[in-house]
Amino acid sequence: MVALTVDVMTEDDRSADGEGSSRRPRRRPRVWRAVVLVVVGLYFLVPFYAALRFSLQDTQGHFSWGAFRSIPSQQGFSEAFGLSIRLAVVTTLITLALMVPTAVYVHLRVPRLRRLFDGVTILPIVIPPVVLIVGVLEVAPTQLKSTPYLLALVYAVLAMPFAYRSLDAGLQAIDLKTLVEASRSLGGRWPITLWRVVLPNLRAALLSATVLTVALVLGEFTMASLDQYQTFPVWVVAFDQDDAHVSTAVSLLALVVTWVLLLGIASLDRRQFRRSRTRTG
Amino acid sequence: MRALVGVVPFSLYTFVFLGIPTLAIVIGAFQRPSGGFTFDNIRIASSGVYRTGFETSVELAVLTSVVPGIVGLLVAYVIRTSRGEALRRIVSTASGVFANFGGVPLAFLFIATLGTTGIATRWLNSLGLNPYSHGFSLYTFVGVSIVYMYFQIPLMVLVITPALGGLRPAWREAASNLGARSWQYWRHIGGPVLAPSVLGAVLLLFGSALSAYATAQTLTSGSIALTPIQIGSFLNGNVIAGQQNVGKALGLGLIVIIAVVMVFYGILQRRASRWLR
Repeated sequence: MVALTVDVMTEDDRSADGEGSSRRPRRRPRVWRAVVLVVVGLYFLVPFYAALRFSLQDTQGHFSWGAFRSIPSQQGFSEAFGLSIRLAVVTTLITLALMVPTAVYVHLRVPRLRRLFDGVTILPIVIPPVVLIVGVLEVAPTQLKSTPYLLALVYAVLAMPFAYRSLDAGLQAIDLKTLVEASRSLGGRWPITLWRVVLPNLRAALLSATVLTVALVLGEFTMASLDQYQTFPVWVVAFDQDDAHVSTAVSLLALVVTWVLLLGIASLDRRQFRRSRTRTG
Repeated sequence: MRALVGVVPFSLYTFVFLGIPTLAIVIGAFQRPSGGFTFDNIRIASSGVYRTGFETSVELAVLTSVVPGIVGLLVAYVIRTSRGEALRRIVSTASGVFANFGGVPLAFLFIATLGTTGIATRWLNSLGLNPYSHGFSLYTFVGVSIVYMYFQIPLMVLVITPALGGLRPAWREAASNLGARSWQYWRHIGGPVLAPSVLGAVLLLFGSALSAYATAQTLTSGSIALTPIQIGSFLNGNVIAGQQNVGKALGLGLIVIIAVVMVFYGILQRRASRWLR
């Protein structure tokens, strides 16, 4: 529910910057601002530093890259990581295939349902994952329960609030109706219109929906562990008993990789924004 | 009616993977393991260790939604009104990562920091202030709430920043043109405009803390009575005969608590959106 605001926020920031920053009255720097930043900064950075130092030590306490270097060769790592990646890909495909046509359709044809969709897509947040998986395992047929891809099917539900809100924000930002009418009147059929007109205009929203879904799948622990499949996060915990240095190294790596991924998306988004501005201006 | 054809796949999917499992839980909560209607599950789920679980969960959720709510609001405000573009970008993406990617990695970060041999523990120890000899432990209620704030504060920053954007600079200028002081602006304009959004965001944090499972499970392995962990242990097979469906009653309890909270959230959000147009 949360990260979907990442892109919404950057958009929001932009418009505020555009009109606000130059006019904002200069205020003298206040002590409390610095205090807030330093205290909160410490709270967030010290654990990072601690984990980094811990994972860069060998068992005798000497400096060593060993923990990081040994990650790929750890027992079960490649299976767990591979499973998480496959789940991420399948989940993303399901989510996009389901949400993109639906969101476009709702915006174009039945805009009066938009409020309802806002409500429905927030439901997965009301039902905690730990509760949902209980219900899923209760009703799922055995064939489905014996494959890890059951998780992908349920993850698509978990990703719904994020994906829908990203797409919704993206669709609101473009003049969908005019674009579609132009394409249709030039003889473009529906699939072509969707593929060559609507989707390219939604690039940023699609990217952010994808990243959020991938981040969710790569980090999801509750359902995977209760469904007894060893995805990456489940492996990290199971691994703890063997070598805490490596577990910590893996955790750090996972955090940093996601962060870089999001930063990358944010900068992609920005580049596109700049281009469109030069075009119109 | 024909217009609704396009939403059929989505509705079907949501019904199958969200609706049916939820129905199974609600029905199961009122069923004997052998079938047949009963209130026994609800009765068991609302007494003894499960009642304690609900109480601890709600206490934890209140603590880790109010405190991070205040801190997150301050951070969002400072970031929003600061001039550092890089700082802003780093904080906004970092918030996205930390708020979502909590759980397991988070637990390890804190074990390395405030665990028995963690770095912060050793620092405090060398100052003659060993937290573990003063009754602190990372693996208790206090410890878990410190860890929860690590994803709750970024969550607050994320959800409240757009609302802060709704505070138009023109309002502040108008107020100061009319001779208002800073506190008067916040008392009569900024505060009332922001209040519904802030409350709504705190309620969202409450829901997030209430359903958090991974962090607490990794840290405590069930040594604190928390409802999500208790539900998980039903799935792991720690069940007394005849109580198989108590887990579903617990699930129903969580759904009811969060649903009540979300209804409040919806009402507050509607009030807020009147001002943020």
